[in-house]
Amino acid sequence: MKFVDEFREPEVITKTAQEIRRLADPHRHYRIMEVCGGHTHAIYRFGLKDLLPENIELIHGPGCPVCVLPMGRIDDGLSIAQQPDVIFAAFGDMMRVPGTQGSPLEHKARGMDVRIVYSPSDALKLAQKSPDKHVMFFAIGFETTAPSTALTLVRAKAQGVHNFSVFCNHVTIIPAIRAILDSPDMRIDAFIGPGHVSTVIGCRPYEWIAQNENKPVAVSGFEPLDILQSIVMVLRQLKDCEAKIENQYKRVVPWEGNRAALRAMADVFELRPYFEWRGLGFISQSALRIRDNYAEWDSERRFQVPGVRVTDPKAAQCGEVLKGVLKPHQCKLFGKECTPEHPVGALMVSSEGSCAAYFNYEHRKTAMVNSIVSVA
Amino acid sequence: MCLAIPGHVVELFPDQPNAALIDVVGVRRRVDLGLLQDDMPIKGDWVLIHVGFAMSKISEKDAIDQMETLRMLGEAELAMQEVQGYGSEDELISETAEPTPLEESAKGSVS
Repeated sequence: MKFVDEFREPEVITKTAQEIRRLADPHRHYRIMEVCGGHTHAIYRFGLKDLLPENIELIHGPGCPVCVLPMGRIDDGLSIAQQPDVIFAAFGDMMRVPGTQGSPLEHKARGMDVRIVYSPSDALKLAQKSPDKHVMFFAIGFETTAPSTALTLVRAKAQGVHNFSVFCNHVTIIPAIRAILDSPDMRIDAFIGPGHVSTVIGCRPYEWIAQNENKPVAVSGFEPLDILQSIVMVLRQLKDCEAKIENQYKRVVPWEGNRAALRAMADVFELRPYFEWRGLGFISQSALRIRDNYAEWDSERRFQVPGVRVTDPKAAQCGEVLKGVLKPHQCKLFGKECTPEHPVGALMVSSEGSCAAYFNYEHRKTAMVNSIVSVA
Repeated sequence: MCLAIPGHVVELFPDQPNAALIDVVGVRRRVDLGLLQDDMPIKGDWVLIHVGFAMSKISEKDAIDQMETLRMLGEAELAMQEVQGYGSEDELISETAEPTPLEESAKGSVS
């Protein structure tokens, strides 16, 4: 099977899986949350769950920006683009995310000017090339992406591009983790911290999780071995009754983060008092809005925005899945009405969404994984 | 969304201090260096790119490993599509003819 060859250093993987089994107390049930959607994808893709003992449960966290965006914000963005001479520009991930009246792609089929861009700076260039139009960039993402949007706004202002604005949906990871820890139906023993968000924010912002909540955190890379090593790190801490922040992804993540990126964000954005997250509800100071000195480039101030609030389709249980209360396949629509080809909820759209990841990979058992389990 | 794409800095532009020509598996695109202004890369450095902006400097080994990770995750094709899409509003800059270490490591992934 091709998949077998895809693991690098299979013997190290085997040893790490054995170490996990050695560290895990068989009388205890562990709930470890991987915060980042990229980790969720990797976990399913590589079948890592099958390398873990049954008493280690991986809970998929809120770190998929497309998945946590409430449908009302998609409707709001599309309503701006319905105004004359507005071009709707967004990353490809956004294109199939359903709004009440359909996805951006479906709006395009009905005549809306919708463009895929791979960088916010390309949305700015599109504005420069289309002086008779207004380009609205639908910005999503955590701290990994927000600095790039911020610098694009700095460039728009410096270059005097006035037919460009950003519909800002950037969110921040720490308040979401706090909301999860505050949620009465969530019990998490430890966290696998996001890799690329941490290249920007560093490791320090997680320290309260260890100090105040007494939960271990390991900031992790995305390879199978990275994720397994991070699980070893948090299990070892739990065994030793410790709680600290460990940086498994040192080769990319500096402890202090990227100061230039943090400065760009601070110059352009400020915290919103609150923001709605799909599945988690309203969370205080959990999202970014554009500061007054960039008001001209803020779509929400340049255009009438209806401020739509939409409840998710009743039958879809995205909220419960997003919080880890339900597994993807336990949702009534999973694999029936809701599939990656015809997503009802956002978790089925993005490859980082736990439903899409579960749908695509869960049944993919491999000889490699089985052999490791049998020797471990 | 969370794709971090490794690239090799092949050219800096004297008239554009915030941009570099970056090679990713033979595809060359202009990438913004503004987020690395405290520790600017020089020609020959390796960087991780996210949505058209260089986010961090990495070693050549880590760059090759990262491309391998993308391949293992089934995301190499998506990553190359993203890189090819950068500057879709620009003139196409150039395609390199020489195989690079990344290109070697990504063989068979974009098929």
